[in-house]
Amino acid sequence: MTIHRDDLGDKFGMWLFIFTELLLFGMLFVVYAVYRSMHPEAFRIGGQELDVAMGAINTVILLVSSMTVAMSLTAMQKGDKTKCLQLLGATLLLAVIFLVNKYFEWGTKFEYGLVPGSETLQELGHGTILFFGLYFFMTGVHALHILIGIGLFIFVIVKVKKGDVHKTDYIWIENTGLYWHLVDLIWIFLFPLFYLIH
Amino acid sequence: MSEENTQKHKSFLEYQGKYKGILGWILSTDHKRIGLLYLYTMLFFFSLAAIIGLLMKTQLIAPGHTIMGPQTYNSLFTLHGIIMIFIIVIPGLPAVFGNFFLPIMIGAKDVAFPRINLLSWWVYIIGIMIVLTSQFLGDGPPDTGWTFYAPYSFRTPTNVLPAVFGAFVMGFSSILTGINFVVTIHRMRAPGMSWLKMPLFPWTLYGTAWIQILATPVIGITLLLIIAERTLGIGFFDPALGGDPILYQHLFWIYSHPAVYIMILPAMGVISEVIPVFSRKGIYGYKAIVLSTMAIAFVGYFVWGHHMFTSGMSGRALYTFSFLTFLVAIPSAIKVFNWVATMHKGSIHMHTPFYWAVSFLFVFMIGGLSGLVLGSLATNVHLHDTHFVVAHFHFIVFGGTGFAFMSALHYWFPKMFGRKYDEVWANLGWGVFFMGFLSLYLPMFLLGMRGMPRRYYDYLPEFHGANIASSLGAWVMVAGILIIFANLIWSARHGKKTSEKNTWGGKTLEWQVDTPPSLENFDEIPTITKQPYDYSDHSEKLNQ
Repeated sequence: MTIHRDDLGDKFGMWLFIFTELLLFGMLFVVYAVYRSMHPEAFRIGGQELDVAMGAINTVILLVSSMTVAMSLTAMQKGDKTKCLQLLGATLLLAVIFLVNKYFEWGTKFEYGLVPGSETLQELGHGTILFFGLYFFMTGVHALHILIGIGLFIFVIVKVKKGDVHKTDYIWIENTGLYWHLVDLIWIFLFPLFYLIH
Repeated sequence: MSEENTQKHKSFLEYQGKYKGILGWILSTDHKRIGLLYLYTMLFFFSLAAIIGLLMKTQLIAPGHTIMGPQTYNSLFTLHGIIMIFIIVIPGLPAVFGNFFLPIMIGAKDVAFPRINLLSWWVYIIGIMIVLTSQFLGDGPPDTGWTFYAPYSFRTPTNVLPAVFGAFVMGFSSILTGINFVVTIHRMRAPGMSWLKMPLFPWTLYGTAWIQILATPVIGITLLLIIAERTLGIGFFDPALGGDPILYQHLFWIYSHPAVYIMILPAMGVISEVIPVFSRKGIYGYKAIVLSTMAIAFVGYFVWGHHMFTSGMSGRALYTFSFLTFLVAIPSAIKVFNWVATMHKGSIHMHTPFYWAVSFLFVFMIGGLSGLVLGSLATNVHLHDTHFVVAHFHFIVFGGTGFAFMSALHYWFPKMFGRKYDEVWANLGWGVFFMGFLSLYLPMFLLGMRGMPRRYYDYLPEFHGANIASSLGAWVMVAGILIIFANLIWSARHGKKTSEKNTWGGKTLEWQVDTPPSLENFDEIPTITKQPYDYSDHSEKLNQ
């Protein structure tokens, strides 16, 4: 059977998948909007409990990683395999650092008992329960996407090393990059909604 | 037709790929084999869920405890719903006939992503396995109904988690199939096949695939929220923690109403294929059917609120949803009009697929009009959560999608298996099934109007008469199913072999390839110059 190759088709498929991701998070944003309008005061106080510096650092990390993955694609298009691998490695590293930061950030919340189901939260009232429920659920689903991204980057790095992805066939880098930009974009919305709006 | 019986290649059924035996099937990326894998899975689970339905109807043949108690009845209608909705009608026609015939009908060798296609079958099977564990593990099978309404779905001690998670996993399968079909249709149509030369079944698959892509993520996240609610107590739908159960209903129906169109659109596509072929006449109003398909897919998005008229919404929301619901009826009615107009002055050939198609029109009309009764605000308050609703959606989902599925199965059977089935038995099966179907579901309209609620194992004595008719109908219908399945299964193994390319006189591409098709479908990709249903040669013959 002749090998069917259609890069535009592959990219189209990826965009469709991105639509599904946007709708998935879109519904969470709807839930957020509903409960924020019901409990504006509790959401304001909840936002102040979060660590803006940590969130800002993670935002910068994700933005830079989006840049490095885009640069790795250009490197591959120019045929520079070594530079491509370095840049993909840098992206992978940044993704891991993001999760490490997240771990410490969540850890602090656990220390204070600001976790769904805890007694501390029960005493703080409905708005706060919902705020931290949303915070953990939405950043949690986002972190899951970072984890999937890490898996994808390892996969792509192996493919580049083996030579399956090369100067004339780089759709894997392109589609992984698209996915990574999506993960980045979601964070760009999560960050102000939870950390900045007071 | 000198080209008949001159097959150059082995059929896809005989082709020996990388693996032998069963592995050659469950690891095959051939769209035709994947279609059949879905078919076998669905027929198995359909039989299971039909038996469950039969047990429920037998329980309802008399008031009180007949063969089961309330808890068993609750878990049975839950399982019946989950299997029928998530395992059968949602993947339904696209997964079986879409996979098998979409590439052939648009002149392609396979779908755009064959490996993802196989993956989606595997994801589907894994989802089914997870759902089934809910029946055996934990504290008893779930009893929430397939809708998993909050807050009961996280209060009930029964084993809801695997059922919800399994449905979530199956959503991925649906999304992957949707993406695959949209890209296939955009990128792989044969040269010359412009959008308006594409047959109608692929068109409806296109509309369906978009709904699968845009609606399924919503149920995905909603089911995840239910899981988080049960395991972590995040409180989004729990009034005790400040959450709102009505919000769950909104999120659930934002997907589950468009899902109704995932079920019915491909069914309409099949009917649009079958009717012109057996009328030997071009489809009436091709463009109107295409437009109405896309209109249904679009407007179907904004009507979810009509499931919640009694749940508590503002008056403005109520009549907006009611109005939009009435709007959806228009494109559906346009289609019915077009099908009937296609038959008008056609040269009708009565064969099994056509019997199913015509009876589809009959039951679809009843189902659709009863839907308008439910879409009106005042009557809805009276009929909400009664047997009237059960009758309505069985007329649409079973009468609509089910009849179209049977029509498609009998229409494409010779092409898929290279064998003929016994038409006398097939017609008999149809007749028994149809009579049983009407006797089973028509009395439910009456029961609902008189106030018999749904989802109870028991009822007041005054409902007894109609329930006897309904339960007897269930037995007749299952007898019909047995005849149909026995005939088809026997024919698939021992039926008369045929390599006749064009069994029914169809004009679409699947009737120009080998029977059964070869691995690559086409030796040479055809160039399309004509409309898909061009019967002008036939009418010339008639005029001579």
